[in-house]
Amino acid sequence: MTDQRIVPVTMPKWGLSMQLGKITSWIAAEGDEVAAGGDLADIETEKIAGTLEAAEAGTMRRIIARAGEDVPVGGTIALMAPAEVSEEDLDAAARQARAVIDAGMPADVSAPEVQTAEAGGRKISYAGAGADGDVVLLIHGYGGDRNSWLFLQEPLAARYRVYALDLPGHGTSAKDVGDGSIGVLADAVVAVLDAVGAGQAHLVGHSLGGAVALGVAARDPGRIASLTLIAPAGFGSEINAGYLRGFADAQTRRELKPVLGQLFAADDLVTRQVVDDLLAYKRLDGVDEALHALLGTLLDGDAQRADSAASVAAIGGAVPITAVWGSADRIVPPAQAESVDRAVRRLIDGAGHMPHMERPAEVQAAIEETIARARPPAPGTPSPTLGP
Amino acid sequence: MARNITYREALNEALAQEMERDESVIVMGEDNAGGAGSPGAQDAWGGVLGVTKGLYHKFPGRVLDTPISESAFIGAAIGAATAGLRPVAELMFVDFMGVCFDQIYNQAAKFRYMFGGKAVTPVVIRTMYGAGLRAAAQHSQCLYPLFTHIPGLKVVLPATPYDAKGLLIQAIRDNDPVMFFEHKALYDLAGPVPEESYALPFGEANVVREGGDVTIVTLGRMVHTSLEAAGRLAADGVQCEVIDLRTTSPLDEDTVLESVEGTGRLVVVDEAHPRCSIATDISALVARKAFGALQAPIEMVTAPHTPVPFSKALEDLYIPDAQRVANAVKTVTGWTR
Repeated sequence: MTDQRIVPVTMPKWGLSMQLGKITSWIAAEGDEVAAGGDLADIETEKIAGTLEAAEAGTMRRIIARAGEDVPVGGTIALMAPAEVSEEDLDAAARQARAVIDAGMPADVSAPEVQTAEAGGRKISYAGAGADGDVVLLIHGYGGDRNSWLFLQEPLAARYRVYALDLPGHGTSAKDVGDGSIGVLADAVVAVLDAVGAGQAHLVGHSLGGAVALGVAARDPGRIASLTLIAPAGFGSEINAGYLRGFADAQTRRELKPVLGQLFAADDLVTRQVVDDLLAYKRLDGVDEALHALLGTLLDGDAQRADSAASVAAIGGAVPITAVWGSADRIVPPAQAESVDRAVRRLIDGAGHMPHMERPAEVQAAIEETIARARPPAPGTPSPTLGP
Repeated sequence: MARNITYREALNEALAQEMERDESVIVMGEDNAGGAGSPGAQDAWGGVLGVTKGLYHKFPGRVLDTPISESAFIGAAIGAATAGLRPVAELMFVDFMGVCFDQIYNQAAKFRYMFGGKAVTPVVIRTMYGAGLRAAAQHSQCLYPLFTHIPGLKVVLPATPYDAKGLLIQAIRDNDPVMFFEHKALYDLAGPVPEESYALPFGEANVVREGGDVTIVTLGRMVHTSLEAAGRLAADGVQCEVIDLRTTSPLDEDTVLESVEGTGRLVVVDEAHPRCSIATDISALVARKAFGALQAPIEMVTAPHTPVPFSKALEDLYIPDAQRVANAVKTVTGWTR
């Protein structure tokens, strides 16, 4: 019987296609006290390199997987346990975990399954993961897809039923975006909510996806339980129009790579694989037209066209809103957080326009906090006395 | 949504999707429909390679079985292209191209130039090349250097299923004559390919592996041989950057030069003969434009200057393998003045 106080650290699943991860280096050492969200190890996959953060605070007692080693998703790579747990018990647990890695047996992994919904004759792809319970829907930004949430979907799925969709024109959804309006994109979100039978859902939207989430909520505020907006579009006139046009127009790796660098505070997240994957997407038939049509929704000359403030006003006060922004965002200025009325504001120090990829643990905390604000009080607890 | 399919299936899908999209796309060649004359057996083969399988019934009247006369049907395809169709002609083995050289290099390649840009010739000539199938001297040659030599032709050599589909779609949409080279040993290679249509631009090399010590420039089947060598060398601490040219005309000079400027060492791996080849072409390019970056003489790994032998033992020795590539890399990393 394994001691319940021994908490395994497992190889995370970053994106649908990830099966193996390689630990490039350990940041935490045996004996280290690690805070929740503290860095544990640098890990690379075929697609991306990232840092694994601790889900909870604890003491690192055993490192199982060596640097340079490939480990299947879900495989135990380290053990955390309080000091009271004996060395013998840890050794036994470590041997067991080591044997699983050596046998090359992939541990049981709940891979999100890809499904499709239909909106206005367009096929919309989405993938769900996690337990029954509150529905969370993740809405990516311009040029992204459901894999933009690769660091967040699985961790959130531990507590919620978490869906991520591909907006029209993106990922494996239909590439036709019609007039490219927020309305067309919002239709796709509603179609996914209908398809999964969600009467109410928490929406998380990034950038353009933030404006889309607000568009959905403004239509039917009763359906939306909470809104977490990550660097949302539409809260001021200023936006990096050069980035948007550069992304839409880039035809080659040489043109695309420097454009993508602007997304992040530090551009080492822009690996060759990230550039190649985006180029492969941009070269699909219909994507060029879609991206240029959506430019017209985002831009009026060099200024923002989307008006998300009007959506916030239409939603009214019932839906909790959090605005999350990276302090080093080079696409949408973080100062625009001030224009998100009635929102709780979370500035993530040092992150760029992609905090959900750059600092996923902090964004996860912000999302969970927002969801908690929407929770109806548990039976027996006094309701807050805010009004009649 | 990408799923794993073979190089053969990727080519078939590219043809089917372009025929669906554009009625002017037709397919012609020997046994492309297969078993003509006996309706039950029609489409049994789908070309000797099986690449056109299923198209005959899907696109009635647009998949043409031709007589065994390359000069006739290649000429017909080129003529049809000038008259508004987009023919994809399959000339089974590149070795047989000799009988239709006039149609290709004197006619198709010259029309745009000689008619002041008023004529376009959107023809694709698909063909099979390379050694390794015990097919002897007249069915195993590479010959892509011959076509690369001729202005007015585009020359394409996909190495993976993903590239095969995207480059064939681009070839069909392109308004110039395209020579499309498929290596015999790659048809069963599987890899991820999106279901949707996509076109890969010509003249963009693919850096298939990054590394800072040596640049390996290669193409076609030799991409896989080079990657195998690079994998082994990495275990010895030598990091190779492997560049797949994808197209030899147009040629992505910048990617080659930038890589050599970073590594200072070049190995070119080419299955063709060593004279007047892609290996000599890339070597000359780097020697002229990146001479100052070179820290060692350029190495070429090629087949020898002989016909492809029929003897199994000799054919295996003839084709460059990963060991020879690794040896060449060690030569350039170990070189001292």
